[in-house]
Amino acid sequence: MLEPVNGGPVAVRPSVGLAQSVWKAFGETQALHDVSLEVGAGECHGLVGRNGAGKSTLVAILTGLIRPDRGVVRLGAETAPSLADRATWQRLVACVYQKSMVVPSLTVAENVFLNRATGDDHGIINWRAMRSRARQVMLDWGFDLDVNRLAQDLTVEQRQVVEIARALSVGARFLILDEPTASLEKAAIERLFERIHRLKGSGVGILYISHHLEEIYEVCDRVTVLRDGERVLSAPVGEIKQDRLVEAMVGFAPQRETEIANPALVIASARPRLEISHLHVPATLGPVQDVSFSVSPGECVGLVGLQGSGSATVADAVVGLVKPASGEIRLDGKPIHTGRVDATLRQGVTYVPEDRHARGFVPYLGVGENLTLSILDRLSNWGIFSRSGRDRVAAGLVEQLGIVTSGLGQRVGQLSGGNQQKVVVGRALARHPTLLVAVSPTVGVDVAAKESLLNVIGAARDGGTAVLLVSDDLEDLRICTRLLVMVKGKIVKEYRQPPWDRHELIASVEGLEPASAQGESE
Amino acid sequence: MSKSTVERPVDRPGQTIAGTLRRHGRHIMVNWIRELALLPVIVVLLVIGAFVNPAFLTTANFINVAQESAALGAVVVAETLILLTGKFDLSLQSTYGLAPMVGAWLIVGTDGQGLGTNWNPFFGIAIVLLIGLIVGAFNGFMVIKLGFNAFIFTLAMLILLAGIQEGIVSGRTVYHLPDEFTYLGAQYLIGVPVSVWVTGAIFLLSALFLRYHRVGRAIYAIGGNTEAARAAGIHVDRIRIGVFIVASLLAALAGLMTAGEVDAVTATQGNNLIFQVFAAAVIGGISLDGGRGRMVGALTGVILLALVQNILILSQVQTFWIDAANGLIILIALGLARLIGTERA
Repeated sequence: MLEPVNGGPVAVRPSVGLAQSVWKAFGETQALHDVSLEVGAGECHGLVGRNGAGKSTLVAILTGLIRPDRGVVRLGAETAPSLADRATWQRLVACVYQKSMVVPSLTVAENVFLNRATGDDHGIINWRAMRSRARQVMLDWGFDLDVNRLAQDLTVEQRQVVEIARALSVGARFLILDEPTASLEKAAIERLFERIHRLKGSGVGILYISHHLEEIYEVCDRVTVLRDGERVLSAPVGEIKQDRLVEAMVGFAPQRETEIANPALVIASARPRLEISHLHVPATLGPVQDVSFSVSPGECVGLVGLQGSGSATVADAVVGLVKPASGEIRLDGKPIHTGRVDATLRQGVTYVPEDRHARGFVPYLGVGENLTLSILDRLSNWGIFSRSGRDRVAAGLVEQLGIVTSGLGQRVGQLSGGNQQKVVVGRALARHPTLLVAVSPTVGVDVAAKESLLNVIGAARDGGTAVLLVSDDLEDLRICTRLLVMVKGKIVKEYRQPPWDRHELIASVEGLEPASAQGESE
Repeated sequence: MSKSTVERPVDRPGQTIAGTLRRHGRHIMVNWIRELALLPVIVVLLVIGAFVNPAFLTTANFINVAQESAALGAVVVAETLILLTGKFDLSLQSTYGLAPMVGAWLIVGTDGQGLGTNWNPFFGIAIVLLIGLIVGAFNGFMVIKLGFNAFIFTLAMLILLAGIQEGIVSGRTVYHLPDEFTYLGAQYLIGVPVSVWVTGAIFLLSALFLRYHRVGRAIYAIGGNTEAARAAGIHVDRIRIGVFIVASLLAALAGLMTAGEVDAVTATQGNNLIFQVFAAAVIGGISLDGGRGRMVGALTGVILLALVQNILILSQVQTFWIDAANGLIILIALGLARLIGTERA
């Protein structure tokens, strides 16, 4: 039951990490539902699944951060220790998280031996011994990194090396890499793969989590797919075709009518409203390389990409939140003031930010005030703003968006997530923008709120607003008239005409060669 | 079991030991330069001082400067320890005032504005330290365990403790202190005040502790990346509370030095001290965000402030202008530190 019949060299390898029939619920949500996973020594085991499939929960269980409701976790030959026993967990399993676990003000050597004895102890640190042991670890595993450098001076890739070295030096032979390539550039990714191959050769077992399926094919021996907290597939990578993998991730959910519905194509205007040419933006998470496209009035262009693909960075550049290194962004033919939000706002661009809590609204202000924050200049004369004018505009937006609120004065912080998001979108529309940039506008809201949000954005599009929608939620894309897929900072594919094929789309978003996923498409 | 199956890969070619060592030397140099950014400033100050007043470059003057800043130095060590863990404690200045006040109040007779209990002086010293311990433990518990904001909570404690200090003596000064009580601040050992020896030892020990003890390194890890420290099995909360306690003990000890030096405890002892403390620490490259900075930097911060103060007095600047000059010097020092890259706030 645990391992499907597949013989091969995998079965004879001793296991370094094992989760057997693990269940875990958070309140009402069943995060993991009878999931089993085994990673053998010298094996690289891919773990894939869409957001919310239960990957993080499984990792947390395997690293001893949470306890499963039911099921067994074994690490090497030992049963999992109690959660309080961090030292044993550290010795048996190490996880390199996306979030850096390096202390910037300490040297590489110290980070490798963080809180661990190196000398003859009594709490006294023998620096010489620590340095030479750290250097030895680096040499042993073939990492080229000076152990005396401060971690704050390292690149993202080098910090990752520090974390891997730390894990290996503890003696952990089970390594979990959680989206290790998300913030690495291409050459660094190749070096990482080389390191993984070397680690495998030394008998280290690796659980490799990634959104990029091509990477799974490149470095993994086996792959396990989670969907909605269940293990839907676990097989050697060589035995599974890419389209089957995508299918396992997406499921067989019938395509909803709304997605097939063909939005009105109003591509009449000769001149695009937004033109982006050869945009380069350096960024730690999601750099953009040579992106060019345009958006016309009445068009909704969906920019589809995973986190870190650069799609959100493009949106940030368009609204002036980040300054591109090179390339041009033109609005109605005029170049925008790069890096200045107020200037792009004046040019008619509004923005629905990805992180609505941080940038979307002011929780202590009322619904009415939040909705009209961006049009205070229009509502006021000589700096004195008109309360009745504001209420009129706000009331209109509340009705249009169907915001459930006790009144315009209610604090936005008290509203439900869906209604908060409506306020954010409403604020962006209040200005009657010529270009609306929306990043994941429906993330974390319920189905009904999602419907009305999309309808409102769709209505704005029909009213002649150019819409740039950045999202990886397939539901959002139904209002799009055109799709651009971004992978690792580049536009890799364009879909000109709805309906889109779900599988093909996901395959290209996940970084597979679109051509190879043709099996499912018409 | 997995250990035996592991075979380490061979060394990568092209990596020479000599190259590694060369880089090693360079990085250590860079790290030190960052810490000693203020050294040239101090040298410049010494030169200026020598020109301003011939009395400046004398042993007697330097001993005087050292004695006056010994207490400040001890509190700077205390605050530095807390800052390194990523927290801070404003109430150190009130502990510095209240602890010796209560001690003196209990051992001095009514003729010296004491309570009249006339307790044993050694018992009084124990009380001084005990108050440091209690205040530190309370602050640490409330800020770390109960999650009160360190700024506002210790600000409230500052006001409360200073108020108690003033209240128990109705604003009067306690004097006629016994010799045992003033020994630390008033006596000399081989020509140097005891307080200077003690503060010097505190600096040295804390620097060595931070550098060579596991808990010292853990303090850096906690301030630098709390999550990473936790994941590495460091007892984050325990160490932070411990640091709060040690810091308050040091502040109480510093208060005892000052009491001995002036041979009295005033109702306002400690007022505004915390500004000097923060100035010295930050000038010395201790990051307010935690995890960054060294004791030797904090020491240069203290020395710099002390020299500036001394030069201003010796150059007969009107006393009313000394504060303004102090503020200006701090701003300049911050600018310099920023340029050299010590403080990256």
